[in-house]
Amino acid sequence: MSTQEIRFSGFGGQGIIRCALITGKALSLYDDKFATMTQSFGPEARGSACAAQLVMSDSRILYPYITQPGVLLALSQEAYDKYYGELPKGGVLIVEQDLVKLKSDHPDLKLYRVPATRFAEEVGNRLFTNLVALGFFTAVTKVVTADAMKKALPGLVPDRFLKVNIKAFEKGYEYGIEALKTAGAAS
Amino acid sequence: MKTVTADPKGVDAGPHFMDGDHALAEGALAAGCRFFAGYPITPSTETAERFAERAPEVGALFIQMEDELASIAALIGAAWGGKKCMTVTCGPGFSLMVENIGLACITETPLVIANVQRGGPSTGLPTLTAQQDMMQAKWGPHGDNAMIALSPDSPQECFDLAVEAFNLSEYYRVPVIILTDETVGHMHEKVVIPPADQIKVVPRNNYSGPKEDFRPYKFNSQGGHPMTQAGDGYNFHITGLVHDERGYPVMTAEQGKIVVTHLMEKINGNADKIIRLEEDQVDGADVVVVSYGITSRIAVKAIQDARKEGLKVGSLRLITIWPFCEKRIRELAPKIKAFVVPEINYGQMVLEVERCAAGQCKVISVNHCGGAVHEPEVILDAIRKAAK
Repeated sequence: MSTQEIRFSGFGGQGIIRCALITGKALSLYDDKFATMTQSFGPEARGSACAAQLVMSDSRILYPYITQPGVLLALSQEAYDKYYGELPKGGVLIVEQDLVKLKSDHPDLKLYRVPATRFAEEVGNRLFTNLVALGFFTAVTKVVTADAMKKALPGLVPDRFLKVNIKAFEKGYEYGIEALKTAGAAS
Repeated sequence: MKTVTADPKGVDAGPHFMDGDHALAEGALAAGCRFFAGYPITPSTETAERFAERAPEVGALFIQMEDELASIAALIGAAWGGKKCMTVTCGPGFSLMVENIGLACITETPLVIANVQRGGPSTGLPTLTAQQDMMQAKWGPHGDNAMIALSPDSPQECFDLAVEAFNLSEYYRVPVIILTDETVGHMHEKVVIPPADQIKVVPRNNYSGPKEDFRPYKFNSQGGHPMTQAGDGYNFHITGLVHDERGYPVMTAEQGKIVVTHLMEKINGNADKIIRLEEDQVDGADVVVVSYGITSRIAVKAIQDARKEGLKVGSLRLITIWPFCEKRIRELAPKIKAFVVPEINYGQMVLEVERCAAGQCKVISVNHCGGAVHEPEVILDAIRKAAK
């Protein structure tokens, strides 16, 4: 039985909760895993720091909240500052590279940086930042398959923006594959 | 209970990644609920939102009322207007509904109320979890009442138990309360909604015989008595006063005995048919953990760890909260060392366990003041102590 805990974080409006919904749906409906998603409620979900948590496992999840995330996706400075300390040695830290100023090189962590907002603007609109980040997350963590993530999108993004969301996801995914290669070559 | 298959219009069949609140709305729609009146309150609002969104395509009616007092009153009216009906709320709203829940009990009006519990008392902890309204569900309304309450442990069970709540409510003509909590209400998991032909629902049982023979009540301590809907041409009268089988007030001690006995016994006397429990390794156990709702999942984690230490621990999960599983607790008490009862309140259902255990074994409360779930280690510690 392997259990993985993931925290998605950023500021309200970046589509953080949507990230967790898409990943949870992909895992539990299309990747044959168990997934439980919990999220911020109250004022923090509506503008300031916002987080959504996902526990995934091969068997039924009993404790629904995360206790020690193995993966942190931080799309804002505040989210990074607040949560990076939770990661254990060897944990995966993914940050929005234009929005997050790192406090260290984090030699104990697997650090990945993605210009998600910039890529989203290239695709058409910064509203797609979360999908770029999710594509990148999918490539570097391999906790969920890209196929399942794309299948999970209908119903969770507006129909008329489905294609462009997939394009944003793929842009992030491809950048993630490259990042993995670079990291592999460096080590 | 006579059942039919669900109306496909209300069934959004297939796998979903859905929170417990939304699953409650889907379960209600699948069960044939076509009237919802409520007032928004965290953490139950998502149920109302889902119902409102789906109502037009299903052909249901959704009304946002001015408050919770009006919401429950609207349900009583809608039920006698022929609709299966539901409302959702949490502690503060439930407190406001209590008077008319009593009216629904004595008028034998079927309706379903979901209480997505948050921390109290009063407005307490609006966005944080609790299980503090367990006793209120039973003892809220004044006078002797017997009602049914169910507690789901997952979004999937929110769907399943919403269907069951309507079925029990229709058959026994009693308010059924779904006692869930903020954690289950707000967490997303996979929910599989079966196709309509695999969902069994108890249809509204409307009388169709000669007009002069219609009686809205029969005081026989059983469910299954037909009702009518306003406008169908059958004379009926409902009142909060003690009444005869036509529904007209008869305010005597003798009639009070007949009515109250019926109201109590139609539930308590059928407890064996109503109660659902989930047991795991209870036979031969030294310690049995009694839990419900989200706490039962945390408890299983603690039980698994305790078993790794060689302790003989069983799990008894209450799916039905009220009527309480008195008989099973009485059977187990002399055979075990202790019951451990974790709950997100200061100790409520543990009082029932203690009452039924009647001193034949230890009963250990693992209480929590709300706002979060237990740490599994706290329950594990209690199991270790109980096993000594």
